[in-house]
Amino acid sequence: MSGWLTTTLVFLPIAGALLLWLLPWPRLWAGSIATLIALVEVGLWIVSVSGFDFQAGIQGEQRHAWFSDLGVSYHVGLYGFSFWLVGLTVVASAAAIAYAWWAGRDRPRAYFGLMLFLVGAVVGVFVAQDLVLFYAFFEAMLIPLYVLIGVWGGAGRTRATLTFVIYTMAGSLLMLAAIVVFGLREGTFDLIDSGTSDSAWIFLGFLAAFVVKAPVFPFHGWLPLAYRESPPEVAALLSGVISKVGAYGLLRIAIAKFPEPAHNFQVPLLVLAGVGLVYGSLLAFRAPDVRGVIAYSSLAQLGLITFGLFALNDQGFDGAVLQMVVHGLVSTTLFLLAGGIERRTSTGQFALLGGMARGRPALATMLMATGVIALAVPGSAAFAGEFLILLGVFDTGWGWAVVGAVAVVLAAMYMLRLISAVLHQSPGSAVNDAALDLRPAELAILVPLLACVLALSAWPAAVSERAFPGDDAARAVEGQFR
Amino acid sequence: MIPTPSIDWLALSPTLAPLAAAAFALLLSVLLPEGWRRAVAAFFVAAGFVVALALAAYVYWKSPDARGIVADAARRDRLAALAQMIVAGAGLLTVGIAYSDNPKQEHVGEYFALIATAAAGMMFMVSASSLVTLFLGLEWFSISLYVLCAIDIDLETSLESGLKYLIVGSFGSAVLLFGFALVFGATGHLDLEGIGRVGEGLHDERMLVVGLAMVLTGLGFKASAAPFHMWTPDVYQGSPTPVTAFMSAATKVAALVVTLRVLNTAFPAQEDLWTAAVAALAVASLAIGNLAALVQRNVKRLLAYSSVSHAGFMLIPIAAGNELGAKALLYYLIPYGAASLGAFAVVAARERELGQPVTLDNLGGMGWERPFLGFALALFAFAFIGLPPGGMFTGKLYAFSAAVDADWTWLVIVGVIATAVSVYYYLAIIRALYMRTEIELRLAPVGGSPPRDALLSISVALSLGVVFASFVFVQPLIDLAEKAARSLPL
Repeated sequence: MSGWLTTTLVFLPIAGALLLWLLPWPRLWAGSIATLIALVEVGLWIVSVSGFDFQAGIQGEQRHAWFSDLGVSYHVGLYGFSFWLVGLTVVASAAAIAYAWWAGRDRPRAYFGLMLFLVGAVVGVFVAQDLVLFYAFFEAMLIPLYVLIGVWGGAGRTRATLTFVIYTMAGSLLMLAAIVVFGLREGTFDLIDSGTSDSAWIFLGFLAAFVVKAPVFPFHGWLPLAYRESPPEVAALLSGVISKVGAYGLLRIAIAKFPEPAHNFQVPLLVLAGVGLVYGSLLAFRAPDVRGVIAYSSLAQLGLITFGLFALNDQGFDGAVLQMVVHGLVSTTLFLLAGGIERRTSTGQFALLGGMARGRPALATMLMATGVIALAVPGSAAFAGEFLILLGVFDTGWGWAVVGAVAVVLAAMYMLRLISAVLHQSPGSAVNDAALDLRPAELAILVPLLACVLALSAWPAAVSERAFPGDDAARAVEGQFR
Repeated sequence: MIPTPSIDWLALSPTLAPLAAAAFALLLSVLLPEGWRRAVAAFFVAAGFVVALALAAYVYWKSPDARGIVADAARRDRLAALAQMIVAGAGLLTVGIAYSDNPKQEHVGEYFALIATAAAGMMFMVSASSLVTLFLGLEWFSISLYVLCAIDIDLETSLESGLKYLIVGSFGSAVLLFGFALVFGATGHLDLEGIGRVGEGLHDERMLVVGLAMVLTGLGFKASAAPFHMWTPDVYQGSPTPVTAFMSAATKVAALVVTLRVLNTAFPAQEDLWTAAVAALAVASLAIGNLAALVQRNVKRLLAYSSVSHAGFMLIPIAAGNELGAKALLYYLIPYGAASLGAFAVVAARERELGQPVTLDNLGGMGWERPFLGFALALFAFAFIGLPPGGMFTGKLYAFSAAVDADWTWLVIVGVIATAVSVYYYLAIIRALYMRTEIELRLAPVGGSPPRDALLSISVALSLGVVFASFVFVQPLIDLAEKAARSLPL
């Protein structure tokens, strides 16, 4: 895989965003151009699969000096796990952008430009192999997210954006301080050239940014607001893709670059992840609306992924990467479905919903299938991921696995509650005959997403055995993926 | 016959070009009919800045070794040349912003001529290498600015701001001059290098230390570093907006570059004292600037406090006292100056459109009504926060790196907290631009005719270009800054 392909994956959407903003396109064109670019991204990714050797180390590498006195360069490249995360990003964002195009948004040039910019920044985070570049993309995600939620969000958007930005900036600025100290000590900001560090302070600086972004309990204060007030496709990207940036950072930087602090902080982090897992599941069970359930289930799932990562062993890492991809796809599908439901009934409150299965077979099938996969029914990709994670934490201590298993039961409870509250029971007051079944366009967006999940259900090893060089995750992480 | 020193005209030429332009602008304003004055004055001053920029670049290229000129009253080195380039660039953009300002015909010649003389004074000051020439340069540009602040005589606040700046500025100058006198008394030298040589043996000499403190105070006034920033919000708010734009960019360049030069050349032996003092000034500026900005509604006032906080960010690398710090400061000044000019330019455009002071309320909806200017202001606000892709991101990275290099890690933490606080008020600008509800917009005053000001838009576009180009092309700018920093004994 050539380095230019990697660079194109990052800068094609950003160039598309600039084109949308600067040229006076007709209103109706903006969405189609954005969708086209998003589909080209997917195509590029599929093309790159053929040339990707999952058993080797970094590929698609490209490097140019940016400013040499501090040892900063434009350095991009892909590992197995980042390759899958880029795949998740391009697929989920293509679905999100297509959904927005179909749903129609005010001021389309600004809207779709921001979406494309966001996609470029997220891909950039996953491929950056230089800390300054990584930070630049990490922060660049914030600008489109802030504007997308702040302008096109729901009634409580002002508070949602403010909370979101303050949480995120507080975390990421601590990471900036950590990056500066780490880079100057190492004499380079390059992620591959630099060695490991055993400074707990620098580790905590990085950790701050990632646990807020993921989020890991108790740094999730921004999550319910942001997930509820965003347009549905932005919420889909937030929960499906951007949360994975936090998990990716934990794996790529916090664990790989700080083996000793990661080991020392293993127990506190497992505790936080476990608490988040159970607490998120309970909140999801109590949430009064569709998005609340998905939002808190996302908190729980990120807790589970953190669980897997900080098991610090093969099964944990493999399972975490698989679960990142699967949860990304499932969560994107669920949020887009939630958007569809809200569009038909103008509400997401369970009290006003119900009985939507009657006369709406496509909606019922989609929600049922996705929901059942989300609750990790045996045979599904989510089951494979959770099983690997539980196996991993069992190795660390059987008590952790018990916590994880409890949360899996809770997942079944909140997901079934969601399904039954929307689809079954007597028709809610907001559900009338004008609420149509899923339209063909919506199915064209949602079915491919579900197909990806089903494909992974049939063959989870596609990801879990192809995430780390040599399929030996612990050694790869220890050797910093070299 | 009186012996005269040989004069290096080339080294002085960047200063002389805007002076000549000012003379042309003034003279032709007298000779030409009223309708021509604005265009001719603006043209000559802009041309003066272009020539100054080119000459400064040429001097930079031709001066790999620093040396004293005109009997060691000034220095010909790359530090001065780089600072002169930035000031000339700021002046050029200011002409574009100011072109449609101040509709009265009778002052238009002076208006542009004073911008040129103020810039010339700054260019002279950054090359000064003796206390006398330094003070001369300082008063030269200050007096021009006093008049410029008050030039819009119909505007009550303009007179007020001119007077305030005059009084507080004179006080600052007096403190600086007193400090110079003490330094001279302690060392017997007026030239910076001589002071440095003699000062080595006088580390704790009380008179020298008090002199150093007063010099720092005086320069702190000009750089609007807290706690010497009290004039900044009032003067920035009251002055004609193009003048504010010019002051916020160019005065900072001059004051901070001179601070860097004076401290490193004249007081290397007292480094332990002034690094701590500058660090204290930085912390005070970051704290006061950011906290006070949180409660502002008037956009010019908000940006004034933001400029105080950025003075704090730029004092961090000076406090580091190493070569990386000097580079960081010189690099930071470029995107900061451009973003500051651009932001005030958008405010100026909005002000002309509305005919009243710009507040966060009547900025409402501007992002959608005036797509280019609104977009630009939003991007400047993001750049001020230090978000990529704006050059201040790399500037902060360098400033923090310099501080870590000098073992001032706690200063980085202060800078990080200050940035987190600043997010709130910069986002308030973006919220005002794009995220107003219909009800809030109905309360906002209705705009007049849309601005058709090509020159201002070009200035804004150029500023945007500099802000983003400085993020992408870091290496060439850092090379420029590095060579400039080598002219200092670091």
